[in-house]
Amino acid sequence: MTPYEFIQRDRDQHPPALTPDYKSTVLRSPRRPLWSLDTSLSEVTGPRFGHDALGPLDHDLILNYAQGGEPIGERTIVHGWVLDEHGRGLPHTLIEVWQANAGGRYRHVNDTYLAPIDPNFGGCGRVMTDEDGHYTFRTVKPGAYPFRNRVNSWRPAHIHFSLFGSGLAQRLITQMYFEGDPLIPHDQILGTIPDPAARSRLVAALDFDFAVPLDSLAYRFDIVLRGRRQTVFENKLQGA
Amino acid sequence: MKPFTRLRETPSQTAGPYVHIGLIPAQAGLDIFGQSLGDRLAGPEARGERIRIEGRVLDGAGTPCTDVLIELWQANAAGKYDHPADRQERPLDPHLHGWGRTGTDFRTGVWAFETVKPGSVTGRRGRPMAPHVSLYLASRGMNIGLSTRMYFPDEAEANAEDAVLNLVGPLRETLIARQESRDGLPTYVFDIHLQGPQETVFFDI
Repeated sequence: MTPYEFIQRDRDQHPPALTPDYKSTVLRSPRRPLWSLDTSLSEVTGPRFGHDALGPLDHDLILNYAQGGEPIGERTIVHGWVLDEHGRGLPHTLIEVWQANAGGRYRHVNDTYLAPIDPNFGGCGRVMTDEDGHYTFRTVKPGAYPFRNRVNSWRPAHIHFSLFGSGLAQRLITQMYFEGDPLIPHDQILGTIPDPAARSRLVAALDFDFAVPLDSLAYRFDIVLRGRRQTVFENKLQGA
Repeated sequence: MKPFTRLRETPSQTAGPYVHIGLIPAQAGLDIFGQSLGDRLAGPEARGERIRIEGRVLDGAGTPCTDVLIELWQANAAGKYDHPADRQERPLDPHLHGWGRTGTDFRTGVWAFETVKPGSVTGRRGRPMAPHVSLYLASRGMNIGLSTRMYFPDEAEANAEDAVLNLVGPLRETLIARQESRDGLPTYVFDIHLQGPQETVFFDI
């Protein structure tokens, strides 16, 4: 692997640290500007994961916590490509996902929402992209749920995504939403992203091409991680 | 002809209060995967000095945050990362991958890793970097993950020459742990301050 540095992160695509409409950011946002680093081996390297780290059902949230039955909810396939900013597929990249059940409740000791736990649904999964950068997992569509922000704040249905890429500088955690959800324009968390075009890239499109007839609907969600800067005039990283 | 492609990075969103079920399910009370990721930081046979790194994450009111995901990435004791982009002619350690993840405790807010002390890695222009670990934080109330480094207080000579510590000047103290001992295990305590006069330096990497 050639240890090229990454293209600088375009912070205009991301939410700022402080977004008072999402109140939890007020005490948790650094107030000094970030210090820009000349990247070193510490940032172009990062953890790697083999396919052997994953179990055969890790990417199937319908079956990976089933206790003799299947979870309630709309059977849903989520798929897409993980690309870099140059449009190249990123092979063998780990994706971890987590979500609420169809009633909007997480299987988490700290979630006390009154919707019931689903005995057959864990709500987390993981998958590696294939050699082209494509991924697929199967789940039930998560429900909306209220959260403490304004008096009447509701999260649209969403799935959390965590990605690593090949270097620490590509680390990304985000959320995927579902096309057509009427809560999307009211969400104070999606609303932390200032650019409407950037927000729209988190909304997965209904995709009949990947639906399984008489079985599961499908949504497509492509994810872009930072690309590497490539020039023969590079001031090369040492030890690289 | 291949058209020029320039895509935009996918925007970040908060990891939220339930990040544990996805990334550290055992802490959420969920037993689901055969192998949890991040438990190969440094095996018992890893080479180097065994150490403990621990701390808290404090919000702008000085309150310890009890729901933060913390990931650690480090070189081995010889100063080499377990990654193909590291071409330094130094030995890999089969017992150390160098990556771990944990969460701050739901009650106390304390996070901790047991590992070995990393060696010095060559930095830009051939200058050695002082030994350090890279940390990544994500939680409710953080719209995008925070990146910082922790340096060691018993490396005064190397720290004095470190390009990153010298870049941040008087704020360098926010990146240097303090040394204690827990049951004979050298322990480096590193409290991360999200705001306030002691606000930790965070990096755009």
